[in-house]
Amino acid sequence: MLFPVLATTANVGWFDPDKLWTLIAALVAIVIVLYTTYHRKSRDKFKVRQIAGISAVEDAIGRATEMARPILFTPGWGGDIQRPTTIASMNFLSHIAEKTASYDCTLIYPTHDPVIMTVAQEVVRESYVRAGHADRYREDNISYVSSTQFGYAAAVDGLISRQKPASIFLLGTFEAESLILAETGNSIGAIQIAGTDSTIQLSFFIVACDFTLIGEELFAASGYLSGNRSILASVRAQDILKVIIIVLLMVAVVVASINEISGEQLLGWWGF
Amino acid sequence: MERRLPLLVCFVSGLLMFIMYFSSHPTARLINLTVPLYWQIVFAFTLIIGVASYLRNNVRGIKKGESRPYRIVSVGGFVTMVAVAAIWGIKADTPFMWIFENIQIPMQSTVFALLAFFVASASFRGFRARSIPATILLITALLILLSRTPLGNLFDFLPDLADWLRNYPSMSARRAILVGIGLGSLTTSLRVIIGIERTWLGGDK
Repeated sequence: MLFPVLATTANVGWFDPDKLWTLIAALVAIVIVLYTTYHRKSRDKFKVRQIAGISAVEDAIGRATEMARPILFTPGWGGDIQRPTTIASMNFLSHIAEKTASYDCTLIYPTHDPVIMTVAQEVVRESYVRAGHADRYREDNISYVSSTQFGYAAAVDGLISRQKPASIFLLGTFEAESLILAETGNSIGAIQIAGTDSTIQLSFFIVACDFTLIGEELFAASGYLSGNRSILASVRAQDILKVIIIVLLMVAVVVASINEISGEQLLGWWGF
Repeated sequence: MERRLPLLVCFVSGLLMFIMYFSSHPTARLINLTVPLYWQIVFAFTLIIGVASYLRNNVRGIKKGESRPYRIVSVGGFVTMVAVAAIWGIKADTPFMWIFENIQIPMQSTVFALLAFFVASASFRGFRARSIPATILLITALLILLSRTPLGNLFDFLPDLADWLRNYPSMSARRAILVGIGLGSLTTSLRVIIGIERTWLGGDK
């Protein structure tokens, strides 16, 4: 199957010129991220703005401990371990697991993906060891439930209905199951903190959950909770890149307006 | 070594896939097609671990009497599907396909159908006009809803207004969120490739 592909593209060069501008943009972004990450001064002066979802994490764990009820954390059905959102949610999981280990609170982690389950088991085990309570770690609580979307939704819904967790963390990549889970959590009165990279599901989380991490907040919050200064510094890179994008957008608006008013392509160079 | 080797593999793979993206050379395309196949191999092995964990948890739960009826149905369903697949295969007109089409798919559709009721209850809470932003949300939602019903045809301006709301204010907000998500994904991926982000290995240590 691969050989016809090779035969039809035999005379193609190593670099695809159509992707030149993508390469330049990617290299600029990489240089900025690496500079902010490794430059000492950049790491020293760093402050993350107040994000309600982060402050609520401690309250949610404290609430579950006081009520002697479990905490449920699930990464959604839409992603796998290759997805940056899943990696970001692992930082949350690590932080939450460390706290639940200290407070002797049960942490339940159902997932649809056996790879995520394996990684999550390792993350939680390490967190329990770090907290000095390796004996409290229960591997069975981090479990694979089903790979099908609504099989997963039904399994997590069942867990929520029967175990009645005091706090629910819905952090990862969610699809149509997002509202089913969030509304079930809402019906049992759990405090819910959600965050996803799906703009469609964000609207569901905003109406059904107590706190929602919108878009980049999920990545910034995971860096903040990790406490790693290099990770925190890379969040600054996001801000720098955002400023660059805003400036480019403003230039684009001006250029498009001039072209529209003049009726000519005066600044045709923008067409790249 | 236990940490360094995965980090090295991650760095080399990440760098290689980044470089290959910018090439349409046959070798680059071959690498782009081949590397994801390794992911399937890893997934297949972890699926065995996942299924073993699933069975172990449920069997242990049945013995302890925790949610016993649900767990019996769950394990029973698993064993039945494996048995009928092993005996009659999984092609068309086999018991496996009959169970899949007449039991599993309707059950999944049932769970999906719950979404309609959840949308209604979430909308009821979300659209309560308790503040100025919530009132704006309520009015906007009503305009969009009306424009998608036969009532919308009574007012000529309504479909155009709804389209404008979706294509300009809504789309611009959505794109702003997408830019943030894109940048967050970029920095997270870079952190993983250069080895700063090690949560996927269990932690920093």
